[in-house]
Amino acid sequence: MQRTTREEGWRAKEVQLRELLLAGLAGDNSAYQVFLKELSAHLRAFLRKRLARLPDEVEDLVQESLIAVHNQRHTYNSEQPLSAWVQAIARYKLVDLLRRRAGQDLLNDPLDDDADFFSTADSEAAEARRDLNKLLDELPDQHRLPIIYTKLDGLSVQEAAKLTGMSESAIKVGVHRGLKALAARIRGNT
Amino acid sequence: MKTDDLISLLATGAGAVESHAAERRCAKAMAVGAIGALLVMLSMLSIRHDLADAAMLPMFWLKIGFVASMVSASLFAVLRLSRPGARIDWVARLIAAPVLVMWVIAAYVLIQADPSERSDLFYGSTSAYCPFLIALFSVPAFVSVTWAMKGLAPTRPRLAGFAAGLLSGAIAALVYCLHCPEIEAPFVGFWYVLGMLIPAGAGAVLGRALLRW
Repeated sequence: MQRTTREEGWRAKEVQLRELLLAGLAGDNSAYQVFLKELSAHLRAFLRKRLARLPDEVEDLVQESLIAVHNQRHTYNSEQPLSAWVQAIARYKLVDLLRRRAGQDLLNDPLDDDADFFSTADSEAAEARRDLNKLLDELPDQHRLPIIYTKLDGLSVQEAAKLTGMSESAIKVGVHRGLKALAARIRGNT
Repeated sequence: MKTDDLISLLATGAGAVESHAAERRCAKAMAVGAIGALLVMLSMLSIRHDLADAAMLPMFWLKIGFVASMVSASLFAVLRLSRPGARIDWVARLIAAPVLVMWVIAAYVLIQADPSERSDLFYGSTSAYCPFLIALFSVPAFVSVTWAMKGLAPTRPRLAGFAAGLLSGAIAALVYCLHCPEIEAPFVGFWYVLGMLIPAGAGAVLGRALLRW
């Protein structure tokens, strides 16, 4: 009985988050923000459980996974279970980290697929070790300015293009590449 | 910056995302790769002068059908392997199916043939360079398909590299059909497959380095 209630719980979560993401992909930014916020708690629980021996890395990896989800959100197919998609991305970033640390043995939980990715959540964010503001400052102008204007100051792509003298497509590409570079810097690569 | 700040940064101005991004990217990459293969081929070889006569033979169309099935199956594999968490349980069977059909036909042809003709049916007159030409013509598609995949999200880089290489090999083989004088099933079933496996093997080896995202 309890088992079924739990299962209903994460199934409902899957449905709810999927609707938020699909609304976001259709252009609803506030639904998208709620989606990322909820997702971050599930990512944190997933990664914290698997990185028990590297607790300091968890929040950095949550941030890196969030950027990955954002940058690759065009690869989500609405016919596919959201938990499988998110989990595959988180696992890819986790394996990437462990490979860099050259220690698959640091993993204390096998990397199998859980059908119930959304059954665990953890909204207590630890401090990330690397400060994104500082990392952002290190980016070259053609990446930094588009992110600051469109993402922090909330200007439209057109306004940002006018302010910087860059073309609108250069602004869009700058944001995308800049977020990618930011993720690489969280990882410690420059 | 706290994670919540990052989240609002990501969501601000995120906007709508075009649908079927994976399909569009792959279609573009395949078109670029096919044109590239054709240009490389025409710089070295000509289109076979008896193409119109060859097009009257059922074996010619069987060969085209085989290569086109390989293009479809490997495209399916590329699309699946570009999406995190997508199911890939049918991928291997879909790729193996056209090859197995070709081998059954090849076996039948060889059994029916007079023993003295079997060697010709298998080796044809161009087996010494056919696979290498296919591998050479696959280079433009290899570059464009790998580029397309890198912009998606392959989470199994070795398999993804194999699929990208196989797709580029199949595109190259399709273009090479315009020149290739061979149409016998035993030839196609072995040397064409070998030619497609060269870029596929290269993709599997290079996948981890080329397809990071």
